[in-house]
Amino acid sequence: MIEVNDLSKDFKVYHHRKGFFGSFVNLFSRKHRIVQAVDKVSFTVARGEIVGYLGPNGAGKSTTIKMLTGILVPSSGSVTVNGYIPHRQRKENAKHIGVVFGQRSHLWFDLPVQESFELLQRIYRIPEAEYRQNVEVFEELLNLGDFFRTPVRQLSLGQRMRADIAAALLHNPDVLFLDEPTIGLDVVAKARIRQFIQRINTERQVTVVLTTHDLDDVEKLCKRVILIDNARLRFDGELTALRRLLSTERLLSVDYAEAYPDVSIPNADIVYQEGARVQYRFSPEEISAADLIGTILKKFRIVDVSIQEPDIEDLIKTVYEDNLTLERKLAEPLSPDI
Amino acid sequence: MHHLSLYLHFVKLRIRSQMEYRLSFIVELFAQASISVIDFFMIALLFNRFKQLAGWSLWEVGFLYGMIGICFAVAEMIGRGFDAFEKNIVRGDFDTILIRPLGTFYQVFANEFLLRRLGRIAQALVVLLIANSQLSVQWSLTKVGYLLISLMSGTCFFIGLFVIAATSCFWTVQSIEVINIFTHGGVFMGSYPFSIYRWWFRHFFTFIVPLACVNYFPALFLLGKIESLGVSPIGVQLAPFAGFLFLGITMLFWRWGVLHYQSTGH
Repeated sequence: MIEVNDLSKDFKVYHHRKGFFGSFVNLFSRKHRIVQAVDKVSFTVARGEIVGYLGPNGAGKSTTIKMLTGILVPSSGSVTVNGYIPHRQRKENAKHIGVVFGQRSHLWFDLPVQESFELLQRIYRIPEAEYRQNVEVFEELLNLGDFFRTPVRQLSLGQRMRADIAAALLHNPDVLFLDEPTIGLDVVAKARIRQFIQRINTERQVTVVLTTHDLDDVEKLCKRVILIDNARLRFDGELTALRRLLSTERLLSVDYAEAYPDVSIPNADIVYQEGARVQYRFSPEEISAADLIGTILKKFRIVDVSIQEPDIEDLIKTVYEDNLTLERKLAEPLSPDI
Repeated sequence: MHHLSLYLHFVKLRIRSQMEYRLSFIVELFAQASISVIDFFMIALLFNRFKQLAGWSLWEVGFLYGMIGICFAVAEMIGRGFDAFEKNIVRGDFDTILIRPLGTFYQVFANEFLLRRLGRIAQALVVLLIANSQLSVQWSLTKVGYLLISLMSGTCFFIGLFVIAATSCFWTVQSIEVINIFTHGGVFMGSYPFSIYRWWFRHFFTFIVPLACVNYFPALFLLGKIESLGVSPIGVQLAPFAGFLFLGITMLFWRWGVLHYQSTGH
């Protein structure tokens, strides 16, 4: 369904001269530097998959989505979506994909939702019966009825997002690209949108590529995740595999009987230390929890200890902060199913 | 057909949303018309003192003024999408255009329609009609057709300028202000007979930026002034097509520019 090979995008960032004369000079000479936004990324997505495309701000998530949707022309590498090359066959590709950007609406600001939809029906030439049926289904699933005749500019963020997602699906696309679809929404609104995406995926076999900061989205929706950081692909595989891979790191919190000056323990890093409370990070491959506690007990007196498995949010954060760890682990034949 | 009916639908929606604020709409309609009345009044004052300008009477100049005024106002009305394109790039709205299964040029064109320019069109038309009533032009079907083609060509010429400014946004984000020399400046220059300008200036605005081709030469032909100036009659008859050609070239420039669109944010 989607094939991406060695896809790269670099941007020239220009230095702009200001003013009347400056704008004229800009035409002829401009200083620039090159920013690598996506660097040799490759992956494939099969029909009916939901893939979480994750990464911190500025990692290159949106740039990738924009190349898949035909908004940006890649600097090198190849992309096909549904067999179309998005930037060359932009219009053909556009007929078969749906796109939602959480940060801005694709609807017409001053038109009521209903009229925006009707305009899309004309633009995509959606047959009347198909259009009616879709509107009916989406109206019910997303509760569009309350604001169907309200101009888009007057909608709340949650309403707007629901309208935008429905709008992106009116023409029955095969692939749905969602860029931060739950950004800024409350818990209820998020849950409703997730349910809807899930349902569209199972009932209509719509392939979904989703970028998000919200790891709840990922846990609820995606079996598979792709991690990207600093323009490069860092991980591509099952969410459970990622968790297993990263879960090898654990946290041990210890409350000492007193504040010892030196609490360092071999094979464990101190994550934080505050008075008598110390948190260690350790890897069970290097030292078992029992041995670690044993070592500590030999040296110090303790009041309480607890072991935590870091939640996925923390894990991914560590991946971003310390890419080497993950790369090292990926190099080992630890999880052959990746 | 799909494109045409969709365009008309877009225009209908635009007009409706602009009519929503009826009072402000009407006030602006009249404000625009009266501003350009003052414009022509200045030219008339000039003639009050000099009577003639390079062999042109006041009403002949009025004819020129009316023609160029109509072209520019119509271009502003229907070519608004390109004229105000900068905000599309700044806000990132061009992304939306790129995800739709329609051409980018078509969508930018269809997206905007500035109805209140009717005020200016009406004012320029009135000047043209009054000028005509004071002159003794022998109108024939050919001449009426020629005038209409010239007006369309002139409109295309100005839209072409807007397209150049809009395309430059793909690189500079901000629209290049120099283009105003040619748009607003063009209206001003085109309101006077080109024979008053210097050699290099006349040639630049004939062959590079074909302003004279869509306004001055057609007026020469219509007012029967060709013979007096020794300009080639065939050249004059073909001149108005320069506007269409100019727009065509700017459309190619646009296509090339779209490939350089960088979007906003990464």
